[in-house]
Amino acid sequence: MITILEVNETNKMIEQEKLDVRTITLGISLLDCCDPDLDTLNRNIYDKITRLAKDLVSTGREIELDYGIPIVNKRISVTPIALVGGRACRSPEDFVEVAQTLDRAARDTGVNFLGGYSAIVSKGMTPADETLIRSIPAALASTERVCSSVNVGSTKTGINMDAVKLMGEVVRETAEATKEHNSLGCAKLVVLCNAPDDNPFMAGAFHGVSEADAVINVGVSGPGVIKHALEGIRGENFEVLCETVKRTAFKVTRAGQLVAQEASERLGIPFGIVDLSLAPTPSVGDSVAGILEEMGLESAGAPGTTAALALLNDQVKKGGIMASSFVGGLSGAFIPVSEDQGMIDAVNRGALTLEKLEAMTCVCSVGLDMIAIPGDTPASTISGIIADEAAIGMINQKTTAVRLIPVIGKDVGDTVEFGGLLGHAPVQQVNRFGCADFINRGGRIPAPIHSFKN
Amino acid sequence: MSKTIITVVGKDAVGIIAKVCTYLADNRVNVEDISQTIVQDYFNMMMIVDTSRSSKPYADMVTELDELGDGIGVKIRCQREDIFTKMHRI
Repeated sequence: MITILEVNETNKMIEQEKLDVRTITLGISLLDCCDPDLDTLNRNIYDKITRLAKDLVSTGREIELDYGIPIVNKRISVTPIALVGGRACRSPEDFVEVAQTLDRAARDTGVNFLGGYSAIVSKGMTPADETLIRSIPAALASTERVCSSVNVGSTKTGINMDAVKLMGEVVRETAEATKEHNSLGCAKLVVLCNAPDDNPFMAGAFHGVSEADAVINVGVSGPGVIKHALEGIRGENFEVLCETVKRTAFKVTRAGQLVAQEASERLGIPFGIVDLSLAPTPSVGDSVAGILEEMGLESAGAPGTTAALALLNDQVKKGGIMASSFVGGLSGAFIPVSEDQGMIDAVNRGALTLEKLEAMTCVCSVGLDMIAIPGDTPASTISGIIADEAAIGMINQKTTAVRLIPVIGKDVGDTVEFGGLLGHAPVQQVNRFGCADFINRGGRIPAPIHSFKN
Repeated sequence: MSKTIITVVGKDAVGIIAKVCTYLADNRVNVEDISQTIVQDYFNMMMIVDTSRSSKPYADMVTELDELGDGIGVKIRCQREDIFTKMHRI
């Protein structure tokens, strides 16, 4: 029988250490909505999303009440729209109409974000892919809840450098198109390498073609819980440190697994995966940087940061795998700058640079995330940063991503407020040396060799 | 149906258990186990209850117990047992 100590431990995690389930994401296939007529396509998409997701938000609230654990976000991911809209959409404007349909469906079902305004172009772009990509700035400027992602490379295919070049331009255009709101559009746009089909986290969530018609994926959280557990073992050796992270990650993930199974059962939609992620928020005590500092670093970004993050990421997976029957998505520790107060502080005190963040992405779950850069950063430089991240993902067989926000009208030293879970960020220095001739070459970087791994 | 765990945490006062138990009895909720400690005037109680014979919707019970706690000056939480067993038992 459960004891009062165990009950108190769980409730303390929830009340004081900010344990929550970060998201229940309903993945919906829109492949059966395809139609050559744009109006019919829009109607099919709206009807299918609102039919399948009509009880998503209310069911999430019921589960919150039953178990007393907050479920912060309820979200939807859909089939990459470049595939769904390919027949009906002949211009970027046509795709923007689809984005607006998605936005309306998201608003009417009560979810805060809907992901899947996406194209998977890791080897090449179809005309539909390219048209969708060119529509992204207008789509993100004219919608509120739609998130967009483009996969530009993979370990199996190499990197599509034409797409990398185009995405540098699209990121800049999106910043321009949303400059009235601190270039917020770029916070809803991510460029990926090795993007997973079942990621529940925004902005990179989409419902891959390998998935069933509808599926429930859950993303967990809990940096505050891990940090608190580490406060009790200061000065102990790495064996104790790793074991503590692993045990705590197990408990955090079990809560996510329970919520995933309940949501699946109540909605009558199959359970997909739990994403074993440590997802920080801007609130104090909910920081991944805070964990790294608790391990013994003076500041996130100090020498030792990459090693600390590597062990954190690995132990979270080791604990989480045992706690869940199906694990997927991004799974690991997120290191977004604007969404993590500890990371913001580290940047402000000069301890954490873009280059160190890049090194950290070799061992974390995703990549360069929610980083504000000067508004006059050239498109080719953004493409260069995307290419670097994609290369790390391609060679290391992991997901990497870039979500940079070139904030129009701002420069190094300024701070930008994005609001809510997106937080605020200091504008960071970008290397000023150019790479335009490299980016302008065009074509593809071939897939890497899978042996001789040094 | 799984069991429900009710926890009451707050400053000790006369009649806390009586008030909670009266509410539960009025709503046909059966108390199966109680454990309780007081540390430095701080009241800490856990009850394992069975709500299967109660006609009260679960969400209403959560809200009403929360309000009852506010009236006494303690925090009352009502949660299904699974959140604890899943986390602490393999």
